[in-house]
Amino acid sequence: MCDICCDDDEGLQSFAMKCGHRYCVNCYRHYLTQKIREEGEAARIQCPAEGCSRIIDARSLDLLVTPELSGRYQELLNRTYVEDKDTLKWCPAPDCENAVECGIKKKELDKVVPTVACACGYRFCFGCILSDHQPAPCELVKRWLKKCADDSETANWISANTKECPKCNSTIEKNGGCNHMTCRKCKHEFCWMCMGLWSEHGTSWYNCNRFEEKSGTDARDAQAKSRVSLERYLHYYNRYANHEQSARLDKDMYTKTEKKMVQLQSASGMSWIEVQYLNSASQALQTCRQTLKWTYAFAFYLARNNLTEIFEDNQKDLELAVENLSEMFEKPIAELADSKLKVDIMDKTSYCNKRRLILLQDTAENLANGMSFKL
Amino acid sequence: MALPKRIVKETERLMSEPVPGISAVPHEDNLRYFDVEIHGPSGSPYEGEPPDNLRLRAANYMHTPFRGVFKLELFLTDDYPMVPPKIRFLTKIYHPNVDKLGRICLDVLKNNWSPALQIRTILLSIQALLGAPNPDDPLAADVAKDWKEDENRAIATAKEWTSKYAVPESK
Repeated sequence: MCDICCDDDEGLQSFAMKCGHRYCVNCYRHYLTQKIREEGEAARIQCPAEGCSRIIDARSLDLLVTPELSGRYQELLNRTYVEDKDTLKWCPAPDCENAVECGIKKKELDKVVPTVACACGYRFCFGCILSDHQPAPCELVKRWLKKCADDSETANWISANTKECPKCNSTIEKNGGCNHMTCRKCKHEFCWMCMGLWSEHGTSWYNCNRFEEKSGTDARDAQAKSRVSLERYLHYYNRYANHEQSARLDKDMYTKTEKKMVQLQSASGMSWIEVQYLNSASQALQTCRQTLKWTYAFAFYLARNNLTEIFEDNQKDLELAVENLSEMFEKPIAELADSKLKVDIMDKTSYCNKRRLILLQDTAENLANGMSFKL
Repeated sequence: MALPKRIVKETERLMSEPVPGISAVPHEDNLRYFDVEIHGPSGSPYEGEPPDNLRLRAANYMHTPFRGVFKLELFLTDDYPMVPPKIRFLTKIYHPNVDKLGRICLDVLKNNWSPALQIRTILLSIQALLGAPNPDDPLAADVAKDWKEDENRAIATAKEWTSKYAVPESK
């Protein structure tokens, strides 16, 4: 009798592995279908007996289930194989079914940015599966993204809407009322307009015209200092966000241009292959902007030393080249047909790519030599 | 759909050789739906106490102590026994592995389920869970927290809830 369905018909077909737990073929099949289809298991399906840890091997499985189910089983088996192996990762691009192999070790991630390119063309970091983030190492990227998610909007708002108490530095939002501020925390009384002592305002209440008073100037200086770190962050963040945004615009621009190029092809007699330089330019803009974007996160954490200047020069060169190319790229179609502009764009494209490589080589070298960050 | 042989056999056996301290009776109109009663194991906070007026007499019947009686509902889905039965407490219970809705955190009801297990084995596991609460793997986080911070107080609360809610219906 089968212990699962309690069937005891004569001629009941049954199956058991070496562990000897015998059940009818029908129940076994149901069991495997449940495990594979509903629970998505493959490499770890155990014998149905309670507490028996014998894994059902592929050969037994093929005997028991339909070819369709064993196809799904193979799929799941491959998935667990890749997931269990440290040197393999699935390509994160949508609809891509490839796995990529890379021998990077976890402890090397502070010295190397293991960027890989899948056969589908998508470039990503093998360490953290995020899109290509050279030159910044994974740990830094993680911190930066977290900081931006937590802080960027808040920081912008704080910068625009608040001031700090001149005495205790508590951040204060003035959401109404007059300029006579009394700090909730330290009870310091000051003027919102000039940040000076309220007591010095004499009788000119509610109408501050004392901008030149000493206490006010000092208070504003202190205020400026306490804002420096915030401003510094916003400096890097805005440039980071700007490149992200521009990369998107460049892409849109390319799609638009591509359409027009088709029209142009028929109008000017240029062939398809002759307009491909625009595609390369678009690609270069995307990748360079991606890199530039991350150089700002990188720079935010970089400890200042004489290597920093080389880095900043490289960054400036690349940025300049990219902006130049981007400008040419945006020219109206009629001008794009000009063969001189075409040569210029092709030159600029390769120049951008070269500048990008130089920057990455330089940072990769410094990283490997143990570059220092202020985290 | 006809009731599978497996369920028929299990039901028959539950009736003919009931597990001590556990009863499971199927509804007449739905043989996959069971009313379950589990007695709190002796020595556990779910054991329960006799009502005041019976306490004197109970002293004479020490061999049959009064128990907390917990009601549960159990449902066998169409995929049973490939998937575990659905089961939950109907009686309020103060236990780190049972939440407010009566849902139970137990390995054999989840990933350790095997089609070779049965209703009776599951109910025995639940009874054992009453005897050995596991606050390290909590479902009711607040209860588990009490349990870890002050076990004596938690046990006292569990006893109090048992004598308040887990009382057998007078027949």
